[in-house]
Amino acid sequence: MATATATPTGTPGPKVNRIGLPVLEYRGGKTTLCAGCGHNAISERIIDALFEMGVQPERVMKLSGIGCSSKSPAYFLSRAHSFNSVHGRMPSVATGAVLANHTMMALGVSGDGDTASIGMGQFVHMMRRNLPMIYIIEDNGVYGLTKGQFSATADIGSKLKTGVINDLPAIDTCAMAIQLGATFVGRSFSGDKKQLLSMLKAAVAHKGTVMLDVISPCVTFNDHEGSTKSYKFMQEHDEPINELGFVPSFEEIDIEYDAGTTTDVTMHDGSSLRLRKLREDFNPTDRVGSVRTLMEAHENGEILTGVFYIDTAKPTFTDLLNLVDRPLGTQPESVTKPSAAVLQKVMAGLQ
Amino acid sequence: MATGDLALGHEQSKSAVVDAQQRVVNDFSIQVATVNGSGSQSANSVLLKSIFNMGVPVSGKNLFPSNIAGLPTWYTIRASKDGYVARRKKIDILVAMNAETAREDILGLHSGSVAIYDETLNLSQYRQDVVCYPVPFDKITAAVCPEARLRKLVKNMVYVGVVAHLLQIDMSSVEAALAKQFAKKQKALDLNFGAVRAGAEYAAEHLSKQDPFLIERMNSTAGKIIIDGNSAAGLGAVFAGVTVVAWYPITPSTSLVEATIEYLKKFRVTEEGKATFAVVQAEDELAAIGMVLGAGWAGARSMTATSGPGISLMAEFSGLGYFAEIPGVIFDVQRTGPSTGMPTRTSQADLLSTAFLSHGDTKHVILLPGSVKECFEFGYAAFDLTERLQTPVFVLSDLDLGMNNWMSDPFTYPETPLDRGKVLTAEDLNRLGGFARYADVDGDGIGYRTLPGTDHPKAAYFTRGSGHNSKAGYTEKPEDYLEIMDRLIRKFDTARTLVPAPVVTGNGKASVGVIAYGSSDFAVVEALDELKKQHAVEVDYMRVRAYPFTQSVHEFVASHERIYVVEQDRDAQLASLLKLDLAADQAVKLHSILHFNGLPIDAESILTELVVKEGL
Ligand SMILES: Cc1ncc(C[n+]2csc(CCOP(=O)(O)OP(=O)(O)O)c2C)c(N)n1
Ligand code: SF4
Ligand SMILES: [Mg+2]
Repeated sequence: MATATATPTGTPGPKVNRIGLPVLEYRGGKTTLCAGCGHNAISERIIDALFEMGVQPERVMKLSGIGCSSKSPAYFLSRAHSFNSVHGRMPSVATGAVLANHTMMALGVSGDGDTASIGMGQFVHMMRRNLPMIYIIEDNGVYGLTKGQFSATADIGSKLKTGVINDLPAIDTCAMAIQLGATFVGRSFSGDKKQLLSMLKAAVAHKGTVMLDVISPCVTFNDHEGSTKSYKFMQEHDEPINELGFVPSFEEIDIEYDAGTTTDVTMHDGSSLRLRKLREDFNPTDRVGSVRTLMEAHENGEILTGVFYIDTAKPTFTDLLNLVDRPLGTQPESVTKPSAAVLQKVMAGLQ
Repeated sequence: MATGDLALGHEQSKSAVVDAQQRVVNDFSIQVATVNGSGSQSANSVLLKSIFNMGVPVSGKNLFPSNIAGLPTWYTIRASKDGYVARRKKIDILVAMNAETAREDILGLHSGSVAIYDETLNLSQYRQDVVCYPVPFDKITAAVCPEARLRKLVKNMVYVGVVAHLLQIDMSSVEAALAKQFAKKQKALDLNFGAVRAGAEYAAEHLSKQDPFLIERMNSTAGKIIIDGNSAAGLGAVFAGVTVVAWYPITPSTSLVEATIEYLKKFRVTEEGKATFAVVQAEDELAAIGMVLGAGWAGARSMTATSGPGISLMAEFSGLGYFAEIPGVIFDVQRTGPSTGMPTRTSQADLLSTAFLSHGDTKHVILLPGSVKECFEFGYAAFDLTERLQTPVFVLSDLDLGMNNWMSDPFTYPETPLDRGKVLTAEDLNRLGGFARYADVDGDGIGYRTLPGTDHPKAAYFTRGSGHNSKAGYTEKPEDYLEIMDRLIRKFDTARTLVPAPVVTGNGKASVGVIAYGSSDFAVVEALDELKKQHAVEVDYMRVRAYPFTQSVHEFVASHERIYVVEQDRDAQLASLLKLDLAADQAVKLHSILHFNGLPIDAESILTELVVKEGL
């Protein structure tokens, strides 16, 4: 195994992953977010997931919009190119980047404001295209960076520190993503290390749009009694619909199999995602059922977490475009510039 | 009644000012008035190409409404032995196929012109001084086209036949044009040629030539091509190796992308059937330019095409592209203002807003093609420039240039290899031991970049707006910001030396100079010829081809007493942009000649103003 060669026996050097990198190589700059901000915990889980999955950092492109959440790509994976773009428009930038180099792993970080308000148009269309990328919403129900206004994912009835009550219904980005065509949709909580890590690892193995809505309390503006996106509320109301076990393709599958209560999904790279059902009626490959489950949860005032929907068969946007294997961005001139003879022929046709 | 009308026509011609003996050869304009959606486009195109096939310089312009079917449309064809291809105000021959506008159409003609129309319209009642040729179009069409549902289309070819006969255009020229138009569609070809012949035969039998207008064979179009500016620009992009195209449909830029797609499908699919390009019809222009910048950042040659409303939506991203220094090509085929303005009419009014599009101190590099050939050349060059300069490059053409057919010399193959700009590879990084993304190593204001996926632990950098130091690290320090801003100006000065230089004509000794750009060129050239002919006044002429302006623009202004800036917008945008660059004592020399009614600028309008302003 890679770890064996990279860590010579006897010398207790830093633990390295299967490609021989220590976790340090997955870190980023020092965070400038508030201490205790849920976004920081998510950055940590991203670092863990990429490290554990043995992803080559240079093979990742990080993309984000604008917001506290969108700053966070600066705080993990410094060895990967990153693009902090404009508010709400990261999906288009990601689309362009993926088209230029579809061999890379694209990892997008957005906020609930960045996605569900200003960025809704682009979000919708990216989901619909099933663009191969991981799209994470760090969802705190407020605009952190502009100091605490409600976002469109704030639950109806939730209260700001200032006492303002949100009287509009929340947009459920997961339900939307499923309906629109994303092929891996889940919700987690920044404070749930285990669940979030498994989900992120499975996301790495998926080919297609992964949409993860991660509840991520804003300790400065939205972590108090009355906020449905607070640590306390989440700890009390989090209802996991399934328990995740993820086995990467390079590990042996030896977890016990409990017929009837688990669903195994084979991911694109051969990894296996095991979903232990907590809800008997839940089948993550049934779009209609998934959306219904989410809608029912809203009616009951529950916040569901888990993987809601997986489809490993649907072609991605780059599949549909029938691209050549080599990235478009580095195609040689001999391929991209037609010959003089071709121009001559075109000219002759116009005479 | 047909005969009666015809008889009237005879009578009128006596009172008409026209002297049939005085021949007007290869120098007149035809206007076809139709209803849009009636399928007149192929007929007009065949008529244009028939004249072209006679070796006579010709141009065609479509004046169409923002509507799919049922509203008036005019197509003008100008034959000019002298090679003038700008719009001509004066119409010599009217083909009135639209009953709704026919009266207005004939009333707008000058004395001595010609009207061809459906006999039922009885247009001769309105004008005694116009040569009238009534034609029973429906009857002729019915005879050659048994299928009733095709008659509306085929009817258009009948007027082609009538006009061809009256102007004495060789049938072989028409046939060649038809063969090209309906290549590989033998049935359509037969049907349409049948209609042309029927029109010509009718004219031969029933209309006696009363007007002076004739097409005679010349040799001025040999080796020339006919193409619209949008197709030319798309072709340029394809030869520049564009790989990512993201767009949102908007007239008049749609056909640019559609042409690009056609060429890509033809020339850029591998033997295994794989695409070496990606085209995305985006959800809007914000997304289109976002995709362009994302792709440019990741190493692709990317482009979008739009028009005014789309350009305004691209504002924020354009600023990011400028500050984050990302390549991408944006074609703006200009038209008049809002979507409910006159969206299908030409204009040059996006110049100023594009030059400074977005927030903060942004300035953009703009290329200004003045012919279809330059649409091709700049469509190509824009990609080299954008990657060399690491900044979005705009190409501003307009509806007139983009959507109309123009005669041109064939395009020459760009032999120089693609300039992919300053990109460091993993090997470079091994050698250098790292890099600073925004350091001005070469003193030209342009840093070195790496592409995502470069296999080196020091390849990555963090891309954000202007809040970065030379190593792409986060900063909000005033001195770091100043460094970025100063370097961007240095880069803009480098751009000044790389963009296409202006084209100057004249002997350089005149006291008066004219400055124009883009599609105004054709009308300016003609106006200046007329000025010389009619008033024996010579002026120098500079056609600017890019922003930022090169040093030669300053010299041109300095060496003339008065400068007339000719442009197709209300607010003298080119003059304003020039004035920003010029010293105060130079700026006062600038005077404007503006044309902004939605129609392409014409020589007569320019000449009239020049004459008045110069007191000639
Ligand atoms: C076009 C535009 N409008 C407004 C802003 C101001 N702005 C910056 S961040 C932000 C909201 C961010 O909220 P969210 O995406 O939820 O991120 P968070 O800070 O909560 O993580 C806004 C409105 C902007 N940067 N750009
Ligand atoms: S304001 Fe809120 S979202 Fe922003 S960094 Fe602080 S805690 Fe996080
Ligand atoms: Mg937020």
